[in-house]
Amino acid sequence: MSCWDTIQAYALRSIGIGERLLPRDDYGLCQQFTLIGSGMIWNIYFGVLALCAGFFLAVAVAIGKSSKHRLIRKPAEWFIFLFRGSPLFIQFFFAYFLFLTVKQSMPFLGAFTAAWLGALVVLFLNTAAYSGEIFYGALLSIPKGDIEAADAYGMAGWTRFRRITFPTMLRLAWPAYTNEAIFLFHATTLVFFSGFPILKQQGDALYYASYFADKTFNPFIPYPILAFYFILLTLVIVGVFSLVNNHLNRHMPREAKRKIRFRPNLIR
Amino acid sequence: MFSYCAEPDTLEGLRWASCYLTTGKHMGLYSSVFTVLLLLAITAPTALLFGFGGATAARSRIPPLRWLGKGYTAIVRGVPDIAFFLFFVIALDQGFEWVRHQVKCPDWPDAIRQGNDFVVCQQAKLPLSSAPEWVHQTYGFFLAVLTFSIVFGAFASNVLFGAMRAVPRAQLETAEAYGMTRRQTFWRILVPQMWVYALPGLSNLWMVLIKATPLLFLLGIEDIVYWARELGGTKNARFTDYPHGDWRMWYFLALLVFYLCFTKVSEVVLNKLMTKLTHGQATAGGEAQRRAGA
Repeated sequence: MSCWDTIQAYALRSIGIGERLLPRDDYGLCQQFTLIGSGMIWNIYFGVLALCAGFFLAVAVAIGKSSKHRLIRKPAEWFIFLFRGSPLFIQFFFAYFLFLTVKQSMPFLGAFTAAWLGALVVLFLNTAAYSGEIFYGALLSIPKGDIEAADAYGMAGWTRFRRITFPTMLRLAWPAYTNEAIFLFHATTLVFFSGFPILKQQGDALYYASYFADKTFNPFIPYPILAFYFILLTLVIVGVFSLVNNHLNRHMPREAKRKIRFRPNLIR
Repeated sequence: MFSYCAEPDTLEGLRWASCYLTTGKHMGLYSSVFTVLLLLAITAPTALLFGFGGATAARSRIPPLRWLGKGYTAIVRGVPDIAFFLFFVIALDQGFEWVRHQVKCPDWPDAIRQGNDFVVCQQAKLPLSSAPEWVHQTYGFFLAVLTFSIVFGAFASNVLFGAMRAVPRAQLETAEAYGMTRRQTFWRILVPQMWVYALPGLSNLWMVLIKATPLLFLLGIEDIVYWARELGGTKNARFTDYPHGDWRMWYFLALLVFYLCFTKVSEVVLNKLMTKLTHGQATAGGEAQRRAGA
């Protein structure tokens, strides 16, 4: 089997297209590269959807936490504490068994026990809590003068939020938010190791990497391949986010533009 | 545990619960909490040591050492941590066995890697196949601790490197003016002063370390996650005195609450410590404290 055949057979294996059986005794570089790359589809799927949906909830949570009303502030604070104070790994387990229990009384919610939806919900809530805290911090550090200037122009309520508060908050939070995005993608590797079942061996990149490490008993090939893919993914994220960063800061003098510092250094 | 637990079928309510929660297997769950605490107690100082080494290497004047220090932090930080956990556990094990093999069986004729197998001679196996069960478990735990220390050492190295750079340059220049050598400046001036700058990062790291402890489960240790899955699963009346349905959800809820309390307590303690350490320091925090007092 040539390498091109392998790519055709396995490139979309993780989403159920192509060869059904995994390679049995032929664990070449090409097989490993293709299958681990195919698993990256899941990591990107989880990361992108959770990040996009989580962004809106995060803004809402940040505004809730800075609200003056107890009834709005407390739930937001508890939400952030709940998801930031406990390990993501345990959250996955708990959510999976919760969905299993719910499924028994309400079978139409059965889809939540599958990773593609259940784990996505957990990741979505988790990233919303982490970025909510980042946005909240940014809300607190909006220069007082900006708000006062908006008041002087007669802006209030929604107009002031849309024109002044929100853009400034986003601008201040963006470097930290980039890091959050990077380690959200890292966190997606936990999905298939935490209760959620793997159907027909269609797992993510780390699942295939550990599969090869188990079969060949040689961790020195699959894990560096995985690392290669993730470093590539990280570079893409940094690239996309710095484009947005430039757009957010387009009115600033060139030297004052804040450079995004690459510091993904947290696990959940 | 209690004397009335002899006939669990006849018990109800609280008494049943008190018997159920003190069975031998539940004791396993409680003792695994100590496994987690033990891991934290060993990993934290070891990781700090690794981090100190990494940060010192990254500041070194010798280029290869500097590249090693910087590469160590950059690679561990750029790749998902759990991949490192899975990688190091096998890699370290094979590394140790390989070294022992070279020492103990120098005239072994066959290759060590044979296709998909890793074969070393009998004497080089770690732990020896004749060793008792507890040796195997301790070795597994030792590997896990080492893995955690390597990964968290990279994070700590990053924090300490930043802290070393945050120490005001004037302090170091003064030391040089007094005629101290590079080594003396490092140990007498830089190291004592860097801790205040490192503490916020290190306390953040501590929280992250707490939240990483359930990953022990992936390294094959019988930790709280293992026991929660084991005990929570549906129990048939035929095999146990305490039959119940699928309670895994409740067990993991209990774990969730345990971790929430743990992080909350750490947060409070670390905040107190920070307040104490910043007292009288020439930093923004110390200045704020002085103003609030005045």
